[in-house]
Amino acid sequence: MTRLDRLKPLDWTVHPPYLHEPYRSTVSRSPRQRLVPLPQTLSELTGPVYGDGDVEPLDSDLTRNAVRNGEPIGERIIVVGRVLDDDGRPIPNALVEIWQANAAGRYIHKNEVHDAPLDPNFTGAGRCLTNAQGEYRFVTIRPGAYPWGNHDNAWRPAHIHLSIFGRNFLQRLVTQMYFPGDPLLPLDPIYNGVPEEARQRLISQYAHDVTEPAWALGFRFDVVLRGSQATPFESEGGS
Amino acid sequence: MPRQTPSQTIGPFFSFSLVAGGENVLIDERSSGERILVEGRVLDGAGEPIADALVEIWQADSNGIFKHLADPRHEDADPFFAGFGRSATDEDGRYWFRTIKPGPVPTEDGQQQAPHINVTVFARGMPIQAITRIYFADETANERDPVLASIADPQRQQTLIARREQSADGIARYCLDIVLQGEHETVFFDA
Repeated sequence: MTRLDRLKPLDWTVHPPYLHEPYRSTVSRSPRQRLVPLPQTLSELTGPVYGDGDVEPLDSDLTRNAVRNGEPIGERIIVVGRVLDDDGRPIPNALVEIWQANAAGRYIHKNEVHDAPLDPNFTGAGRCLTNAQGEYRFVTIRPGAYPWGNHDNAWRPAHIHLSIFGRNFLQRLVTQMYFPGDPLLPLDPIYNGVPEEARQRLISQYAHDVTEPAWALGFRFDVVLRGSQATPFESEGGS
Repeated sequence: MPRQTPSQTIGPFFSFSLVAGGENVLIDERSSGERILVEGRVLDGAGEPIADALVEIWQADSNGIFKHLADPRHEDADPFFAGFGRSATDEDGRYWFRTIKPGPVPTEDGQQQAPHINVTVFARGMPIQAITRIYFADETANERDPVLASIADPQRQQTLIARREQSADGIARYCLDIVLQGEHETVFFDA
């Protein structure tokens, strides 16, 4: 068998630990035993492969993909970014799926109880594939803040959920993108579960070059997945 | 060099985007191999079912081949089996997949891994996913599997091995609960 291109370890100085007590649901849902080291075999270094047939062009425009009788309410935004690995290599054909609350902070979900209006023209779900440069682009509505029961007067900062499939099983990432300058961020135990020096990477940047005149504001959010362990020398070297 | 983007929880409201229905059926009538049902519950540290988890699986076809360029045998992969599935748990914390029993998967040094399914678990209350594996109780190859062998405690090994039951329609049913925390905590991996 040809030599497999292994990945660098998951960077636990960047990712949140399973247990973060201020985020109350982690207390009974956090593995406590030491994780068992797993060799990176074919099972881990392969993963689902996506192509053009898997997404429709309208899937990435959340202002149009659920229209029933008009335009969704709220501030129209464009979210762009690249999916790359931590060697800086772009990842083409990565499936990016997103979901979010509407402008009023309401999710279209059967268990949602927040007393805020649904928008008949907005579901808040979208998907796209990255292009050859690893770039993705969504048009959507800026989500509202969202109250939740974690603690007294708890509000989630406005966020968009992202689910990303990279090249293989181990690059799988689910994360959330936040907006710059949100005063709720320092109060949010989910955001604060991430080691302090890495938190900034969850905040999108306002991108004037993406903003379209008299149409929509632009935000940029790059997603970085685990890269390859091998340097060019090592990959030629055997063992 | 850029650094990895931190993970964040999948939260409670993913299903309207991630689960349209049918993602937990990996086969159609053309797929080759033994058809099986894989099912179980996802449980928390108090033994309570988790009704808002997402379980994803990734597996080889019936010959142990992955439909992916990293597998040198990928051209021989079953064209009617993609190997990826996704199941949102129901009110009882239950997940299920209709799939085929995977074949053994080779390692680089010429050993064989026993047939297994790779599993990723996401849920509200999990800031990052947990990864584990499902093995099959009726496989003698389990005794020689290098990953199972790396788990010293035989009781912990058992947390990865699904028991086989015959269902009414004659399809083999493999059952395994995934326990996030506590006395019977599933073995989770760092790869």
